[in-house]
Amino acid sequence: MKHRAVLVLAGLSCALAVAIALTVAAAGSAGTAEPSSPAAVKPPPVLGANAIKAKYGGQSITFVGDAAVGNSHVRDQNLVAQFSKQTGIKVKLVPHPSSGTDAYQQLARNFSSHSSSIDVMMLDVIWPGAFAPYLVNLKPALGQQAKLHAAGIVLNDTVNGKLVAMPWFGDFGILYYRKDLLKKYGYSSPPTTWAQLGAMSKKIQDGEKASNPNFYGFVYQGNSYEGLTCDSLEWLASSGGGQFIDGGKVTINNPKAAAILNLQRSWVGNIVPQAVTTYQEEDARNAFDSGNAAFMRNWPYAYSASKGTPVDGKFGVTTLPHSGKSPSVGTVGGWQLGISKYSKHVGAATEFVRWMTGPAVERYDAIFNSNVPTIPAVATIPAVVKTNPYLIPSIAKVTRVTRPARYLGTHYAQGSQAIYQGINQILNGKSAQSVLPGIATQLNQLVKK
Amino acid sequence: MTTAEATARPRRSRRRRRSGLQRKQTRLAWLLVAPALLIVAFVAFYPLGRTVYQSFTNEQFLALEPTKWVGLDNYHRLIHDTAFRHAVWVTVKFTLITVSFEFVLGLIIALVVNSSFKGRGVMRAVMLVPWAIPTVVSAQMWRWMYDQIFGPINDAGVRLHILSHNVAWIADPSTALWAVCAVDIWKTAPFVALLLLAGLQVIPHDLYEAADVDGASKLSQFWRITLPLLKPAILVALIFRTLDALRVFDIFYVFFGSRPDTQTMSILAQNTIVTTGDVGYGAAISVAIFLIVGLFVVIYTTFLRVQEQ
Repeated sequence: MKHRAVLVLAGLSCALAVAIALTVAAAGSAGTAEPSSPAAVKPPPVLGANAIKAKYGGQSITFVGDAAVGNSHVRDQNLVAQFSKQTGIKVKLVPHPSSGTDAYQQLARNFSSHSSSIDVMMLDVIWPGAFAPYLVNLKPALGQQAKLHAAGIVLNDTVNGKLVAMPWFGDFGILYYRKDLLKKYGYSSPPTTWAQLGAMSKKIQDGEKASNPNFYGFVYQGNSYEGLTCDSLEWLASSGGGQFIDGGKVTINNPKAAAILNLQRSWVGNIVPQAVTTYQEEDARNAFDSGNAAFMRNWPYAYSASKGTPVDGKFGVTTLPHSGKSPSVGTVGGWQLGISKYSKHVGAATEFVRWMTGPAVERYDAIFNSNVPTIPAVATIPAVVKTNPYLIPSIAKVTRVTRPARYLGTHYAQGSQAIYQGINQILNGKSAQSVLPGIATQLNQLVKK
Repeated sequence: MTTAEATARPRRSRRRRRSGLQRKQTRLAWLLVAPALLIVAFVAFYPLGRTVYQSFTNEQFLALEPTKWVGLDNYHRLIHDTAFRHAVWVTVKFTLITVSFEFVLGLIIALVVNSSFKGRGVMRAVMLVPWAIPTVVSAQMWRWMYDQIFGPINDAGVRLHILSHNVAWIADPSTALWAVCAVDIWKTAPFVALLLLAGLQVIPHDLYEAADVDGASKLSQFWRITLPLLKPAILVALIFRTLDALRVFDIFYVFFGSRPDTQTMSILAQNTIVTTGDVGYGAAISVAIFLIVGLFVVIYTTFLRVQEQ
């Protein structure tokens, strides 16, 4: 998916910028460096390494890690070296293909041939449903540790009561807003409800139109693609409209979902540019960064990507709005670690996953590679917030929702397409009531498969 | 009986004798074309045959389960698929609009660059520039030009008071198809012009001189000399363009992605195979496209043959 590639790029440039800034800072105040900079942070020690060594030392496992691009791969190398050094378990690191589809296919081939050549692998947040039959249930060994992670992601990784993967890192949707414009139009804080967002957008847009006829209130990802599934999941889940499929039942066709979708439709062409139905991440960011929008829904990568643009220093971030009693939510995009059922070293692999998905490594990853931790407590550590400044407390604690991958399994891409194509049609003018039954029918066929 | 045998025998032996030499030649001919045939079989017939085969299976792109033979299931589904019907309609609309505009504009351009004037050589080269740019590149360029907020088309339109406000050309369902047609016409009219120009240049000049002597007006020269003699070139141009337009993919892909209301047949097939991983059904769509395109080929070639006779 596009945003992931962009995220990698953004992460790289962010890490580079921080590295430069810290070099400059270190030159100014030599000797006071705290090990919180990407360059200085070291992989954490493995707890109980001696016991692990006694039990599994000398065994060898294969870990299919992040793509061989920049810091992500260096992070994997550093972590693997640290783990091997302390536990005596040899970890062979193999980067996965950088294309998500290729990475999926590689694993699919591996599983369907019952191969034991992969022990631990990285899994996209939308894969556990498809691969669940081939993954080890981690609940007995790591169920306790899973409680540290955001509940929404753990739920995503739990298929038929089995914890088939452990959350590792993952970002989620947030609201960007123009601080200067809010102040100019007499608002002291960003909107917390969708209705407020609509009203504020209208007022700001009406005022700004005088000097910029192409100014709009709100931009997001409305193109007919995976990003719209993410955005619309946030609209529905934050408005009591469910999460497309809940508890195995297709729930997308409900009055609250229709209400929020019709509200979004009514905005298109008014406070949202009509072209939003062709927008992906970068289109939305271009509109916002050039000063043509008051609010934007995007991933955290946009925070560092917007540095050096006309809105640099003028924008803030917060959680996305909600309606009624439902909480604000953010759709998760990110990665998990799983263990192959065909692995010959499940014990050693489990110890590796335990360490990799623990708070210490998540802290290291967040600082070293500016990835968003899936453990909310890690997200509030000052050193982590320093490298990921958008992780203000309210954002770090936001409810995370995941796409309905665990119900759709191998048919996820088809189900997601039914959702984004349908909702794109709603944004293009069709009423939600006329489109939702069709999406529900398609999803029902896929869930039954 | 005997007379029949008697007459038949020499004929047969004559044939055999001739075929002795012929067989040699035939064998050599086969030997010479064999590499070409093998290549055609490898790059054309094998994929085609495989696609037809796949269309009778439930093959999934990233499936964990084995593939099964499902008979005519995919075709049954295709007949009832409103998305496919819509895609056919969009493609046919696109084809009719673009081919007719490209033909008229191409003919005008060809007539202009066929007449002698200063800088004709430069003009002929310049007119091919849109055709020379790869479609994906020019489509992306036009996507930016159409942009609602930053696009120069909106900017110029508003400055010249042609537009009252910026229009979302690509997003708006009422302008989307016309926007994409305009780009295709811009790009391909020069190609049609080139084909027609070749046709114009083989028309003997003395025909016009004779017509001038007879006092025929320029207009009637066009209707009675140019157009009838240009007919073969026109048909070739129309066949090329119609078949290309029916298979259109790149411009739509860049402009609309998988947006359902502007899907062409090829986009639907690609999307079904790659995004949803439904290879079997996607193959059935591909076969249907093949048959639809084939139908147009048959119509045109029959028309050509009638013309020749």
